[in-house]
Amino acid sequence: MGVIKISNLYKIYDESKIPVKAVNGIDLTICQGEFTAIVGPSGSGKTTFLNMVGGLDKPTKGEIKIDNIDIGDLPPRKLIDYRLNNIGFVFQAYNLIPVLTALENVAFIMQLQRKGKKERNKIARELLETVGIGDKLDRRPGDLSGGQQQRVSVARALASKPKFILADEPTANLDSKSTNELLDLMLKMNKELDTTFIFSTHDQRVMDKARRIITIDDGKVTSDVRKNGSK
Amino acid sequence: MIWSIAWRNIWRNKIRSLAIIIAVTIGLFGGIIYDAFAVGMMQQRVNAAISNEISNIQIHNPSYLLNEEVKFVIKNQDNIITGIKEIEGVKSVSSRIKVLAMASTAETGAGIMLNGINPENEKQVTKLSEQLVEGDYINAQDRIPIVIGQKLAKKLNARLRSKIVITAANAEGIISYGAFRVTGIYHTENNMFDEINVFVRKSDLSGMLGMNQNDVNEIAITLFDHDQSIPITNILKNKYAGQIKREELTIRPWTEITPSLNAMIEMMDSFSYIFMIIILIALAFGIVNTMLMVVIERIKELGMLKAIGMTSQRIFQMIMLETVFLSIIGGMVGLFLCTIMIKYYGYYGLNLESLKEGYNSMGFSSIVYPHVNLTFYLGTTILVIVTAIIASIYPARKALKLNPAVAIRENN
Repeated sequence: MGVIKISNLYKIYDESKIPVKAVNGIDLTICQGEFTAIVGPSGSGKTTFLNMVGGLDKPTKGEIKIDNIDIGDLPPRKLIDYRLNNIGFVFQAYNLIPVLTALENVAFIMQLQRKGKKERNKIARELLETVGIGDKLDRRPGDLSGGQQQRVSVARALASKPKFILADEPTANLDSKSTNELLDLMLKMNKELDTTFIFSTHDQRVMDKARRIITIDDGKVTSDVRKNGSK
Repeated sequence: MIWSIAWRNIWRNKIRSLAIIIAVTIGLFGGIIYDAFAVGMMQQRVNAAISNEISNIQIHNPSYLLNEEVKFVIKNQDNIITGIKEIEGVKSVSSRIKVLAMASTAETGAGIMLNGINPENEKQVTKLSEQLVEGDYINAQDRIPIVIGQKLAKKLNARLRSKIVITAANAEGIISYGAFRVTGIYHTENNMFDEINVFVRKSDLSGMLGMNQNDVNEIAITLFDHDQSIPITNILKNKYAGQIKREELTIRPWTEITPSLNAMIEMMDSFSYIFMIIILIALAFGIVNTMLMVVIERIKELGMLKAIGMTSQRIFQMIMLETVFLSIIGGMVGLFLCTIMIKYYGYYGLNLESLKEGYNSMGFSSIVYPHVNLTFYLGTTILVIVTAIIASIYPARKALKLNPAVAIRENN
């Protein structure tokens, strides 16, 4: 359940001109419930890697199997459905829908999954209460702080009950307090719901909380460290 | 929720949305108002031509139409008039003697069309009796009365009670003279008609030209409904098929009597369409431009929506819905303004007094009562909305082609 198996993964840009190997042969396995940070300097290939794992970008070569389904082989429509039902995204800039309230932002993803209005509002309310902004359900993103918006973003990512959550530098725009609160929240969700979290980051605070740290440089995995007690 | 998001999205940038709404409003308003005034003007012209000048249907001796001489009279005119009155939809019938003549006063002269009429019958067919600005309509007590147009009166320097000498060729081609006394001066909104047409009693004219009392050159028919002109013409043509075949009669509806009027209606219709097409093209470019800005501004958001699992079709639908909402709002405002303006001016009329001379010289009234057919109203509204939708396809397709991985990282 929720095992991501990455084999011989390449992403090469501008193949016809000067080839740039953004991801240069990665082999990895990430198990269900892991709390993993992908770290590395800027331009090391973290985001490209995450985009491919999230099905947002196609690998040039290699395969990404999630529970034995090669997402690179899925046709575009099925890939969208796959993302909707299996992957939660948390973006650096929160990327909430500005015209919707916090509750509606979280409920929206469940509407895409065709859940009934009552059910989606109930789940959204519970999730927002869990992430600590149950009292700001009717606020629009513009009326929330960065930390609060990112909490809504986490609630939205969890709303579709995904197998794993991909978070691209989720704390980059947050202050220390908000970062710590967000990381504690994600750890809590990871423990309670057994949801896999994969971050790309170069934030030391994230690395401190992560149970597994995968370092990428020049598109290759240079180290893969599991902390004691992790799965 | 897509509907709700699309609705809320259009209010994110109020000024931009208002710009589109105003563009749609002005487009629709301009198109409909132009057509309303054009149609109103033409309808008034047609009604005036039918009511004052030509009536709905005319019957002649075919030879008269080739050569307007009084000798070309309509045979059995009494029977024909009786037959016409039996047809359902016919309001009234008048018979006339018509001859090209010369009208002279002591100072000057002018070529005219002399109409010998039965005043009581004519009253039922044309509105000459209601168009008098000076004097009275022809009545039985007057001696050799003549009613002339204001324009001709000015030209001849004639006033009420002035004596006018008429010179015309009779059936044998011999020049006849007659002196008439001006009893009335009329004014229609067609200067050309006023300058040419002169009315005398039929009995006076037939006496002057030595014709039989029953001889007429023209039978004019008015109907209760103008739209029945062609169907009733066809009924008459069937009824008098024998005489038509023997070339004793020719029966024409107003559209054939004044083909120029009909051509003008068609021309006005073409102008309306051309005007509408220009408006729609301008509108389409405006919408493409604005919606493209909308998409470019929201690249990151659209990328996020794609990333989290919103299908391309739904994104396309959302962009289209935003355009539809904007065009429906603009359309409703435009329709509302049009309705108010058309209702107001349809009742009170738009007085173009400063252009009166020019309008009247072409036979048009200077007070215009706009009128729009319901089909044009609906047609234009649908056309504007369809244009808006078509124009938004290109920006919406742009949104579809976004690569979510790239779009999310856009800085805007």
